[in-house]
Parts: sequence; structure tokens; C-alpha cells
Amino acid sequence: MDLVQNILEIIENDPKIDISEIAALTGRSYEEIRDCIYQLEGDGTIRKYKTIIDWDKVDNGFVYAIIEIKVSLERETGYNVVADRISKFPEVRSVRLMSGDHDISLTVRGKSMKQVAFFVAEKIATLPQVQSTATHFVLKTYKEDGVILHETEHTERLPIVA
Amino acid sequence: MKQSTQNVSRSLHKRQTRVSDTVQSVPPSGIRRFFDLANELEDVISLGVGEPDFVTPWHIRESCIHALEQGHTSYTTNQGLPELREEIAGTFLRDHSLHYDPNEEILITTGVSEGIDLAMRAILNRGDEVIISEPCYVSYVPTVVFAGGVPVTVATGIENDFKVTAERIEDAVTEKTRVIMINYPNNPTGATMGKNDLEEIADVAIEYDLIVISDEIYDKLTYDGKHTCFSSLNGMIENTVLFNGFSKSHAMTGLRVGYALGSSDIIGAMTKIHQYTMLCAPITSQMAAIDALRNGQAEMDRMVREYDRRRHLVINGFNKIGLDCFWGKGAFYAFPSIAGMGMTADEFAERLMLEKRVAVVPGNVFGDCGSGFLRCSYAASRDAIKEALARIGEFVESI
Repeated sequence: MDLVQNILEIIENDPKIDISEIAALTGRSYEEIRDCIYQLEGDGTIRKYKTIIDWDKVDNGFVYAIIEIKVSLERETGYNVVADRISKFPEVRSVRLMSGDHDISLTVRGKSMKQVAFFVAEKIATLPQVQSTATHFVLKTYKEDGVILHETEHTERLPIVA
Repeated sequence: MKQSTQNVSRSLHKRQTRVSDTVQSVPPSGIRRFFDLANELEDVISLGVGEPDFVTPWHIRESCIHALEQGHTSYTTNQGLPELREEIAGTFLRDHSLHYDPNEEILITTGVSEGIDLAMRAILNRGDEVIISEPCYVSYVPTVVFAGGVPVTVATGIENDFKVTAERIEDAVTEKTRVIMINYPNNPTGATMGKNDLEEIADVAIEYDLIVISDEIYDKLTYDGKHTCFSSLNGMIENTVLFNGFSKSHAMTGLRVGYALGSSDIIGAMTKIHQYTMLCAPITSQMAAIDALRNGQAEMDRMVREYDRRRHLVINGFNKIGLDCFWGKGAFYAFPSIAGMGMTADEFAERLMLEKRVAVVPGNVFGDCGSGFLRCSYAASRDAIKEALARIGEFVESI
């Protein structure tokens, strides 16, 4: 298996893993793994080490909404200008250009539905390129970034099998 | 009527047991005692399990559910679903350039274990000898005995990375030898054999006109090098009965589905026994197997990559502890040596279980030449492996 692929797959599933453990899992030296990770961090292959949190379990957690936006494009500026502008708001967690009947899809996070609704009304809908917005609040998250949040699956195996 | 009942009860009284001599001649499995012991104790970490710790990939489980929803609950043809046989034939053509006729040369079984039993009964006459390389999976020797054959075991050892040699096999050949039985990648050692190694075995088979039964259930779990199908060797497609299945590669142990590939005379004979005893493999499992072959590559690769990581963790771990462990290149077993520990594998495994709550299988269970070793499965989570290694380290220190 390719070492870079191997390291990335290990880290993607467990960002807290020690370098020494990655060395043990891949049969390489500590230094080799450390240097490889430095390089992957340096060249931007590894963007960030992220934690998936089930905010439903936390008091005063967050409210999420998916916002669909239709935009009108000006001559000589494409989607990138408006997308870049929207991306700068910390409330906006993701920005994607979409196919279909709207153009840009956002994930917005706030402390309350009211806060999210006002943010969209005041900051997004008022942008000159934005024609219309539609806000869909997330009621419950079942799976996030490949992780099932209410996982109950476990199987019992016999302790010793030939 | 009354008279005959009296006769029967009198004869029962005289007999020591109602169990046949053949079955009595097979000792109880050496694993049984450890199984019972592990069951009585709390907090046991097990490296004693010969099955994947992954649950069957969801798309395969989903296809089982779909099959049931669609009402597929009937028998299938004795040989197995034609679609599954065609899919298997296609896989062997694609991966190994081997032509197997799905109508006459492929039989779907309820796992490889059933298939091996069928092959032995189909091939052996009473007293025929089967050369089995050891250490080996616990069922091989009993299966030969149940079929009226005589198992002749040949030892492999650490000095040759647990590969069986043509020389040892040739030394064991007699006029009664009919079959050579091998299993690479190997349970319990994790050993693999390369093409050149296998060709030497094939030469012996051809010279003495022997059938080779090759259990290749762990073929997909080959980490270094490439697996060679025994039947792909020159002149061996006619003389090999090849076994494989879905249990290990697709984590489908409980679904019980495997297959046998071989020439039409032997597959036909095996089908005859299968039709009167098993009838067919469960249809749900066969439909799941079709999905595994069509869509299972990515999930299988993911599991194989994870086994490979654990292989490094566990083999290096044993070598650090001071239990020398050779680099098995396949399956999901490490086979560390306990030479110098001053006890037998049985004693070591029992004390390890009682004192440190770690379950491993003593190597002698798989044949005498396994006596100085332990079989440790790395089909267990990384956390379980790390904790087990720590406890084994403490145990070795305490000796």
C-alpha cells in the first residue's frame, strides 16, 4: 500500500493518533512518518484536524440550516465572487456551487433559529447578486462526514474459533 | 415386535457406547477446553477468533434484506444459483485467466468446510491416504477420517517460513496416496507460498498422479506479493480442487457460503453428495454473495488495508516483547514462538488466560509441529490488540 495513502486513511479516521502508532501500523520509522505528515500539512493536503460533535447532546448547542441561494451574475464576474464573499462569514460552515434549480448551497450555524434566520435575512439576502434565498432548518443529524451519530451496531463473536 | 425390542435393549446394554468407532477415533477439538475457559471469565480480550471482526459490509447485508423482501426463500439448484456461478467463473477468468465452466466445474457450498468434506467423500476410497501439511486448520484431519481416508501429516517449520516443501511431501507419498491438501495463505501461521514454491508441489502431484485440494479461503488477505491460484499452475487445472468463499474476504462467516472449482468428474461427484445431504446453500446468502462479487471490491480493500496495519502492529509487538514472530504475509494470524519460556503452548495459553485474561490458541491444536507457538488473530480492533500485547508483555516479564 502507498505510504501517503495509508497515512491519510489512518489520520482521517483518527486524527488524535500518535506518530509512533502510525509508525507501528505501517512498519516505518517514527522519523519517516513525522516527515511525511509535516510535508502533507505543509503542502495543504492535510487541511485541518477536525472533530465531529453531536451538538444535540450539548445544552446550548448549535442550530444548523441549509440555505439555497439563487444568484444573478454580473458580466465579467462569475460565481466565485459571490461565493468568496459569502465564505468569509464565520456563521457559514460550508459553501457549495450546485447543479439544479438553485445555484449555491450553504450550511449556516447559529445559536438559535432566530439568529440564523436574521443572519440570512440581513447578511445574505441583502447581497446585490442574491436574487432569493430559501432556509431549511436541520431538525436532527443522523450521519455526519461518514460517521453515524446514533450508532448502536455491535456484534458478539464467540471468544475462540478455529 | 416385542422380541426385537428386547434384543435391541440387550445389545445396548452390552455396548460401551452408541457412537461409531470412526467418530470415537477422532479426539475432541483442542480448542474446546479454551473456549469453555474463556466463557467462564470476565474481561477477556480475545485474539483467539478465526473470523473477521468487521460486520458484513452494509451493501451485502442490504442485498440479503432485499432478497427476503422479494420473497426469495426457496431452494436453489443443487449446484447453486447460475448467476452466482457465472459471476465466480467471470472473476477467475478476469483475475487468473482460468476458464471454469459454470455449469459443470463450479459448486456452491455452505462454506469451505462443507466443500472439503464433499471432496474427501467424493475422491477417497477406504484406506486412501491424504497428505496434509501441518500446522493446519482443525477440520482437515477429522474430515479425512470421517470419509474413511487416512491422514498423513507432513510438518512445516519456522526454518522454512512454514512453507511445505516438495521434498517432505514426496517422502510421504505411498501407493495409497490420492490427495495432497494445502492451505495458503495459511491458518494458523499466516504463511504464504509463492509461485515457484507451489510449482514444486505441482511437479510432485503430476509425477505421482495426485489430486491437490487447495483451500484458498484467505487468498484476498495477501499483503506482500501476489497470491497464486494452485489451479493456475501448469497442468494443474484438471488436478486441483480449489476452495474459496466469502467468509474472510467479505466478512460473511455466518452467512455460510463458499464454492469449489474443479474438473467436472469430481465436481459432479461432490454435487451428488451435496444434493442428498445439504441440498443447496441458503438462497439469501447466495444472493448476498453475488452482490459481494459485483460491488464488494472497495469495502474488501478497506478491510485488507486495516488488517495489514494490524499485522505490523501485532508482529512488531510480539518481537518487542521477546516472542519471536516470523513475518506471515497473509491471512490474519500472527504465530509467535514461545521457545525459551519454559512451558508448553497449552500451559502458556492457559496461564495467559487465567492470569492476564487474554485468549490465544496454542499452536499444538493445529498439529504437533505447532507446539512451540501461539496463534494470535489480528482480526480484532487496534485497541484490543494493543491491550492484549501489553498484558502478554507483563505475563512474559513475570515468568
